[in-house]
Amino acid sequence: MPVQATPDLMIFGVLAGLAAMTAVGVVAFRNAVRSALCLVLNFFSLAFLYFTLQAELLGMTQIIVYTGAIMVLFLFVIMLLNLGSLQVLDERPDLIKKGLGFLFGGALFGLTATQVVQPFLQTSQQFAPEGFGSPQAVGRTLFTSYVWPFEIASILLLIGIVGSILLAKRRI
Amino acid sequence: MFDVASWHPALQALLRVLLFVLPLLLVVPGLIWWERRLLSWMQDRIGPNRVATITLKSGRKIKLFGLLQPIADGVKLFFKEDITPSAIDRLIYFVAPAVALFPAFALGGTLPWSGNTLLTPIADVNVGILYVMAISSLGVYGIVLAGYASNNKYSLMGGLRATAQLISYELAMGMSIAAIVLASGSLKMTQMVATQQGDLLGVVPFLNNWFIFTPFGFVAAVVFAICVIAETNRAPFDLPEAENELIAGYHTEYSSMKFAVFFMGEYAAMLVFAGVFSTVFLGGYDMFIDPLEGFAGTTLGGLAAFMFKTVASFTCFIWLRASLPRLRYDQLMSLGWRTLLPVAVANFIVVALWILITSKYGVWQGWIAYIGAFGLLFAVYSAVRGLSKNRVDNALAPRSISLVDGTRSVNVADPQAEGVGS
Repeated sequence: MPVQATPDLMIFGVLAGLAAMTAVGVVAFRNAVRSALCLVLNFFSLAFLYFTLQAELLGMTQIIVYTGAIMVLFLFVIMLLNLGSLQVLDERPDLIKKGLGFLFGGALFGLTATQVVQPFLQTSQQFAPEGFGSPQAVGRTLFTSYVWPFEIASILLLIGIVGSILLAKRRI
Repeated sequence: MFDVASWHPALQALLRVLLFVLPLLLVVPGLIWWERRLLSWMQDRIGPNRVATITLKSGRKIKLFGLLQPIADGVKLFFKEDITPSAIDRLIYFVAPAVALFPAFALGGTLPWSGNTLLTPIADVNVGILYVMAISSLGVYGIVLAGYASNNKYSLMGGLRATAQLISYELAMGMSIAAIVLASGSLKMTQMVATQQGDLLGVVPFLNNWFIFTPFGFVAAVVFAICVIAETNRAPFDLPEAENELIAGYHTEYSSMKFAVFFMGEYAAMLVFAGVFSTVFLGGYDMFIDPLEGFAGTTLGGLAAFMFKTVASFTCFIWLRASLPRLRYDQLMSLGWRTLLPVAVANFIVVALWILITSKYGVWQGWIAYIGAFGLLFAVYSAVRGLSKNRVDNALAPRSISLVDGTRSVNVADPQAEGVGS
């Protein structure tokens, strides 16, 4: 089946290409700051992919949580430790490690493909239905069907916060 | 010809973007002039008033109050020697100013400047205010990258400070906005404005219910305004560029046009944030008094109302800069985490309770619950404060000397306090 070059497809191509390239950049760069920046770009382009699917809330959450908070902290830590350029992250080539890496990487890829390819081939509807994934719908679902997982997750986060304060503070 | 509704949707979107970005670009020099003049008046100086004074042959002078000063500054910056240090991370160094400029202009993507839904906002998505939060959280990248790439310890310090500061103040900002989202029942910015067009407090029929005139909205507005100043790195929170400690902070190594880009980004971000403030708390393009609503409903009338509020908010930011000294870094952190965040969260809880009681039992029961909850939270806060007073020294107080064994602390500024405490 020939693929029609619609504007949607072109935008998807640009965003998906950017996401894929930056994902490669994360592991390919030797400078820790550049790797982190590639990850930032990757998350950012992923958010735009969500926008093209009309999942605005998901995209916004992606930007706020990953790009705006987690990656800023990553950069903060990298800069605080002041990892200089080009000297760190340099490993000796090790054939066994590489072989194992390829093996596991391929296995993961295959596993993902078995789950993802089949639904993709059957997809004809490009957009989520109206109102799907809107703030109202997500909020309603979180507080009705998924209220227990939601509360447990929030307690876990609270424990995390208290624990980090406990560890960081010298005297309480 | 100007039947915009019949245009292709992509062209309409382009028009909306241009109508937002071009005026923003054009107004930035005017803002810089306004700030410099206002600061000089507040500090009893004259300020830049000479540029664009034309002396005619007859000796008469045409004065423009120095309005063209920013243009002269721009020309100067443009033609200055562009010094690039040699030991920098080249790619990141050149990208950083652009990264700093991007969020400032992208911030207004969901901001309605008038009631005309055809021309504004650029995208009326149902996560409007979340979009503003998301883009404003990207503002830190330009500063951090500039600080890192400059390979200068002062720049790096500025970048690190900016990171910690922005992350801390984002939380309080989000919580203060969350209270308003609860009250208006929507994340859409146009819906927020529509909510504010109701009767004031539900009782005054001819005035409009701007959130800043409601008790919870006032608390949220104060927290939000403080956080906005911290997010845009303005005085008294301009620690990333504290010139008496860090030379110029993150833009120490930037000269010429690259510095100008940072400068422009800061002012554009400030203006757009002032616009967000006036939309969320001051009713956006609404006119407050009902008889004027017909005027505010037109495109230009709405724009006039919106611009008046935005520039007024912007002027308040300048006013704060002229009045307040810069905070110390520990004071900044303490203010963000110990004061603003608890206040914003308490406000959020009270608003939620108020809405619940009002919908279940009625209006006046709602107000009783509202006042009761505020009183209860204040009592809890005072109790916790009183209990922890002996152990946690108040960081906003003048710095005190702790003895090495940690048992006794002497307050330098207030020697009597020691006698009272012991």
